[in-house]
Amino acid sequence: MIIRLRNLFAVVMLSSVFSLLSAGLFVTLDAVDVAFTEAAVGAGVTTVLFLGALALTSTNEKPPSGHQIIPMLVMTGLAAILAYGTMDMPPFGQADAPIHQHVAPEYITGARTQIGIPNVVSAVLASYRGFDTLGETGVIFTAGAGVVLLLRAGLPSRRRRKSGDAE
Amino acid sequence: MKHHIILRVSAKLLIPLILLFALYVQFHGDYGPGGGFQAGVIFAAALILYGLVFGLAELRRVAPLRIVTKLMAIGWLIYIGVGYAGLVLGGKFLDYNVLSDTPMTGQHLGIFLVELGVGITVASTMLAIYQCFASLQSRELADEEW
Repeated sequence: MIIRLRNLFAVVMLSSVFSLLSAGLFVTLDAVDVAFTEAAVGAGVTTVLFLGALALTSTNEKPPSGHQIIPMLVMTGLAAILAYGTMDMPPFGQADAPIHQHVAPEYITGARTQIGIPNVVSAVLASYRGFDTLGETGVIFTAGAGVVLLLRAGLPSRRRRKSGDAE
Repeated sequence: MKHHIILRVSAKLLIPLILLFALYVQFHGDYGPGGGFQAGVIFAAALILYGLVFGLAELRRVAPLRIVTKLMAIGWLIYIGVGYAGLVLGGKFLDYNVLSDTPMTGQHLGIFLVELGVGITVASTMLAIYQCFASLQSRELADEEW
């Protein structure tokens, strides 16, 4: 339904609703951490940013020019490949799946004996995989810095005022 | 936005609760679900809601872009600083065991500080991006234009 819509405001709102429903899905999968993020970022902040971008353009999408058959074929092919890729995956929730055999048992016991905090996710994220999280925080910082630099460059009046303050 | 009184009253009621919940998710992250990322986005969402309802100028007063952009870097520097603190105290980079007397309390302290750094960076980045987008708006849109 979302892809048929031409009114971008409705598209943004429906995407937000979809995100909120996904957050509910994550809760039922016991991934409350992810659900927090999905609800706050996907349904909340992203929607606001989309609306902010929408206010700068027109509300309605222009009708597409040319054929839409080729993108349709590409997307169908991609979906088929991805669906084929899931064939080899172990059944959902299987206890002896490879992902539960590798380092997960050590993390689950280690979170209590070595780190001493009950939340295994926090233990993995901040301690066992601390270096990854350092990089992720760097990615967020870089993204934010990029947006600030790009969008504030388009606001000469404020920059002039700021440099005026500094003098 | 001046005429949306229900929106403004309910936002005033909700924002303190959202901020409190963000702090809970941040500092209770070791024990319950949550952590720096989640707390950061919830905190930022509360302030963005404030900006949406009461206007960008009000949000600027609470969280000026100048300070927010600095906080983006400070959060990450806290994280890196914890890493180097491990080095200085005789361990490896990001080794929390040496941060305190016993490895367990060291881990607690390390995770707490690292999550705090992540939370600060995430919240301030969200706020900075929102402020940048919102400040591009040249005029107020009427409700019917959507």
